[in-house]
Amino acid sequence: MSIGLEHYLFISIVLFLLGLFIIVTQRNGIRVLMGVELILNSANLNLIAFNRYLPAVEINGHIFAVFVIILAAAEAAIALAIVLSIYQQYSTIHLDEISNMKH
Amino acid sequence: MDALLTNLLFYFLAAVVLGSAAYTAFSPRLVHAAFSLLFTFFGLACLYILLGADFVGISQVVVYVGGILVLLLFGVMFTQRLEDQNQVQTMQWKWGLGFLGLFFLILVPVIYVTPWPVAEDVAAKPTGSTIAQVGELLLTKYFLPFEIASLLLLIALVGAVVIARGEAKTGEIENLEVE
Repeated sequence: MSIGLEHYLFISIVLFLLGLFIIVTQRNGIRVLMGVELILNSANLNLIAFNRYLPAVEINGHIFAVFVIILAAAEAAIALAIVLSIYQQYSTIHLDEISNMKH
Repeated sequence: MDALLTNLLFYFLAAVVLGSAAYTAFSPRLVHAAFSLLFTFFGLACLYILLGADFVGISQVVVYVGGILVLLLFGVMFTQRLEDQNQVQTMQWKWGLGFLGLFFLILVPVIYVTPWPVAEDVAAKPTGSTIAQVGELLLTKYFLPFEIASLLLLIALVGAVVIARGEAKTGEIENLEVE
């Protein structure tokens, strides 16, 4: 049995759901960011698997994956800065305790 | 023999990726979760290369393992405190697992029901390096998005510095401007 598109999509679904599970259940700001990274990676895996298995002349899927990686880098930098700023103000990054826009 | 080796490699990488991602989700220790993400990202990079996307795989290693993971670890070490260790409440676990299972049961049949227009000649597709193609596409068809992305990265870096600098410093600068 050879590896088909479905195998990659299955991995992608499980990664996506694990990321979603982290975002829904965890209350630590950095843990939630890890969930976001997992979801972005599952989207990337989808893009590249589709580019491989569906009839495509160019490698547009790869380009999209590269842009997703660029956006993930920008997102991680900003989000970590926000988390550190919140930690300076509130001395915690427990998301349930952070409900005010201004401390 | 070659196909068998590819299959074995695929299943090994899938096990590494899913296992480490699950450990990230369920580990009570934040540092362990961050280090477990290392294996997830690296396994995914190998899967990309297995799919013929060598440039994306290398970018994955450079950006995720070298950049984002280090940022996450910095964040963990700056904000970790002892009383923050066990934060997962049982109620949320139950709701989250139920939600996850339901979503899983909906999504998985979709993969197998959908008639994907899979190309006939997947095995015959060129498996050489894609770096030249990626470079050419980035500088011709995707030139404008490429430039916008570089601008966005610059803005994100400056914004991250401004946000993380904190309140006291901005106050000092305002005082300087007043004087």
